[in-house]
Amino acid sequence: MAEAGGITTESVAGDRARAARTMLDQVVLPGEELLLPEQEDAEGPGGAGERPLRLNAGTRSRGRVVCGPGLRRSGDRLLVTKCGRLRHKEPGGGSSGGGVYWVDSQQKRYVPVKGDHVIGIVTAKSGDIFKVDVGGSEPASLSYLAFEGATKRNRPNVQVGDLIYGQFVVANKDMEPEMVCIDSCGRASGMGVIGQDGLLFKVTLGLIRKLLAPDCEILQEVGKLYPLEIVFGMNGRIWVKAKTIQQTLILANILEACEHMTADQRKQIFSRLAE
Amino acid sequence: IKFMQRGLDLETKKQLEEEEKKIISEEHWYLDLPELKEKECFIIEEQSFSLCEDLLYGRMSFRGFNPEVEKLMLQMNAKNKVEEVEDEAVELDVSDEEMARRYETLVGTIGKKFAKKRDRASYEEDENGHIKPTVKVKKMFLKPQ
Repeated sequence: MAEAGGITTESVAGDRARAARTMLDQVVLPGEELLLPEQEDAEGPGGAGERPLRLNAGTRSRGRVVCGPGLRRSGDRLLVTKCGRLRHKEPGGGSSGGGVYWVDSQQKRYVPVKGDHVIGIVTAKSGDIFKVDVGGSEPASLSYLAFEGATKRNRPNVQVGDLIYGQFVVANKDMEPEMVCIDSCGRASGMGVIGQDGLLFKVTLGLIRKLLAPDCEILQEVGKLYPLEIVFGMNGRIWVKAKTIQQTLILANILEACEHMTADQRKQIFSRLAE
Repeated sequence: IKFMQRGLDLETKKQLEEEEKKIISEEHWYLDLPELKEKECFIIEEQSFSLCEDLLYGRMSFRGFNPEVEKLMLQMNAKNKVEEVEDEAVELDVSDEEMARRYETLVGTIGKKFAKKRDRASYEEDENGHIKPTVKVKKMFLKPQ
C-alpha cells in the first residue's frame, strides 16, 4: 500500500526527471524535466531505476549546453515548455560545449525572436518610423534610417502597404519589437522592400523550417519547374513570384499543400506539372 | 586660509575616511548572511531556431529570375558552411611596365601643350606615333660679320 501510494505520488508530482539522451526524437510534454548527461553520473542508479545510456562515458568536461526553443532552465535541469519532439545537435568544429537541445514543435502564431528574418507589411508611417505588421502581438517599428544608403535627406521610398524583408534587433516580451533592413556592416544583404507583384501567403512555422532545411527536396524540385523567386519569412509568411499569374498560383498551392503530402504524392504532382 | 574653500582638501578627506573605516562600532550595519557563491551556470537559454538548425538564407531565386538574389544565395549559404568562396578578384591594377610606357609618351603630349608656338614645330612623331620632344637648341646672339 505504501509502495503503491509512493509510486502514484511520484508520477503525479512529476518528479521523475529523465535523461535527455534517452528522450531524443521522442515526444515530450510540457512540465517534464530532463537531465543532462553530466547529471546522470551524479544521480546514478538511484533515480527511479532508470539506467541512462552512456554514449560518451569519457567526457567529464562540462561544456555549455544551449537550451533552445521549447526548453527552459530550472536549476540544473531542462524543463520542457512546448510539446513536440526533442532534438539535439552536437557542436560542430572545435567549439566546446554540450551542444544544443530543443523541442521541434508546430505552431501558427509567431513570437518575435531577435535575429530572425521576417516579412512584414507596412501599416503606418508616423514621423521617423514605420509601423510594420509581422504577425506578432504588436507591430514592429522600423526606422527610416535603417535602410542601406539612407540619410536624413535621402529617405527610402517606402509606402504604406509595401512588403519589407528585415530582421529583428530588439525582440523580447517586455518591449515593442524593432526591426532593421541592414546587417551589422551596414549593407542591405537582400533585405529591404520586396518588389512589385508576386503573392504573399501564410503557412505554419514548422513548414518554413522544413523548407529552409539544407537538404530540402521540395525546393530543389520546385526550382526545376520554371523561373521563380521566393522569399521566406520566419513568421510564417512566404512571398512568391513567377512570370505569369498562373505559375505564381500553382507555386503557392504547391507550397501550402506540401506540408500534408507524402513524398510520393508530391512526386506525382510534380511529374504532372512538368508535362 | 579657509576663505573661499567649498570643501575639504583631498588629503584631509582621505584621512577622515580612513579613520571612519577603522572605527567599526556596533552602530555599523552589516548583512548576516552566509557567503553566496555564484553558481556557474552551464545552460544558456536561446529562443532562436537559427542556432539549432542550419537554415538556408530566406531569399531564393531559381533559373535566373532575379540574378542579384542568386548571387546573394551563393554568398550567404557559403557563409553558413564556412567555406571560403574565392572572390573573383578582377585585376584592376595596371602592371608597372605598362605604366612606364604610358608615361614615356605622356611627357611628350603634355609637354607639347605647354610649349610656345615656335617650339611646337620641334616636336617630332616617332614611328609608333609617340611624340618625342627633340632637344631644343638655344639661340645665342650672333655677332654680325
